[in-house]
Amino acid sequence: MWAFFHRMASPKIFFDLSGRMIPWFLWSGLLIMVVGFVWGLAFSPPDYQQGETVRIFYLHVPTAFMSMACYMFMAITSAIGLVWRIKMAHMVAASAAPIGAVFTFLALFTGAVWGKPMWGTWWVWDARLTSELILLFLYIGFIAFQNAFDDYQTADKASAILALVGVVNIPIIHFSVEWWNTLHQGATLSKFEKPSIELSMLWPFLIVFVGINLYFAALVLIRTRTEVLKRERRSKWVRQMFAEELN
Amino acid sequence: MSAYRNLGQVLHPVVFFTIVVSLFPLSVTPLPETLSLIAPGVIWVAALLATLLSLDSLYRTDYEDGSIEQLVLAPCSKVIVVFAKVLAHWLSSGVPLIIISPLLGVLMHLNGEGIKVTMLSLLIGTPVLSLLGAIGMGLTVSLGRSGMLLSILVLPLYIPVLIFGASAIAAAQMGLAYSGQLAFLGALLSLSISLAPIAAAAALRIAVR
Amino acid sequence: MAFESFGDFLHMGGYAFYVWLSYGVGLTSLFGMLWLFQAGHKKQRKDIVGFIKREKLIAEQQANNT
Repeated sequence: MWAFFHRMASPKIFFDLSGRMIPWFLWSGLLIMVVGFVWGLAFSPPDYQQGETVRIFYLHVPTAFMSMACYMFMAITSAIGLVWRIKMAHMVAASAAPIGAVFTFLALFTGAVWGKPMWGTWWVWDARLTSELILLFLYIGFIAFQNAFDDYQTADKASAILALVGVVNIPIIHFSVEWWNTLHQGATLSKFEKPSIELSMLWPFLIVFVGINLYFAALVLIRTRTEVLKRERRSKWVRQMFAEELN
Repeated sequence: MSAYRNLGQVLHPVVFFTIVVSLFPLSVTPLPETLSLIAPGVIWVAALLATLLSLDSLYRTDYEDGSIEQLVLAPCSKVIVVFAKVLAHWLSSGVPLIIISPLLGVLMHLNGEGIKVTMLSLLIGTPVLSLLGAIGMGLTVSLGRSGMLLSILVLPLYIPVLIFGASAIAAAQMGLAYSGQLAFLGALLSLSISLAPIAAAAALRIAVR
Repeated sequence: MAFESFGDFLHMGGYAFYVWLSYGVGLTSLFGMLWLFQAGHKKQRKDIVGFIKREKLIAEQQANNT
């Protein structure tokens, strides 16, 4: 197994292998996600309290989860790149960041749109949305910071440290915001914070969840391949690959 | 100590702190009840901003004249170097804020307990700001004057300090218990003392390469 | 089906605006990322082809000049 990861550290091998893996992740992810969304939109029951707006749940919760999972993914690949000096790992982390930011935005947006009919207001400073907002700041900071450097090596290593510092801080920030929230809001929102899931809601959610993870994998691989081409354009294997195309 | 070599540098954070706090009675309301309500947050946000602005001046001149590079290349532990810089920053920026804070508490109509806890929370919290700020500076020092980028990177990290610092003052002001909030600030301090210098040293090593 | 008719489905119990706004932005963003990244990849390939061609031209010119 370690031999597999060791080989993946080579940009050329990563490029070839990912090219073959993407269709599997992409089509399975798309199909499963769409099945889940259709199930959630048309076939799952409405909530006796929230009515049909509960269907936003199938979009809000998976994207919120992915926003946090993606940051963990970025932190882990950054750590791998830093510790074992594998630039391929840094490329993957850099490619994942904008995807995570989009997931975070979607979690915030769907949370706000869900909030309007539920709480009567577009924005609420509840623990989850506030923590998501701060997570968005962390993503934007990471992306802006990466782009500020001229050379890839410094950008990679410095961003890796930033990602790791962020990942240590996320639980602290989350705890602080929750604590602050209970101080000011009381327990009235707890029912909304953790809706008790019945089986009829659990299935479409799980299906969307599986699908979105596969889809995320496909998206990361596509973006990373572009990054590989950009960085490795001067290398022999890239030239050879395109020489065949030119002739 | 070289941190005090320029008295002006020490006064800058104090003056900035005072001006920013004074903006709120002018823009929101001069009513004492409202001011004492928003004072904890206003004082802490102003402290955050003053700290951020003072970070750059402390590290910038050392980077530009090459002394950071020399410290990184020197055989001594980089973590000690960072500790020294953090201490210098706290003495020249955090401590003046603590000293002036009672005056600002009076201006914002805080009562005795509120003012006491203002000083206490700043005492425990400003070193954390200096420590986390050192990480931010280590990361951005090679990028030129990137004040905004530094703020974007460091302010999310400051949020827990802000939440518990302001909450401690607010609780004291209302006569409630505040030791829990201060204890959490203490926990943040011990965590950052142990971890921040390592991260900052790693960042400096990368930046200076 | 949780709905009596397609009209009911679109109506979403009165919450049509919120549900369809969420799913509209959500699905557009999710599929939009795919489209954007694939377009970005194609552009990168085009850039590299141009880059290699330019390098060849420069190499040929230098060979001719010497």
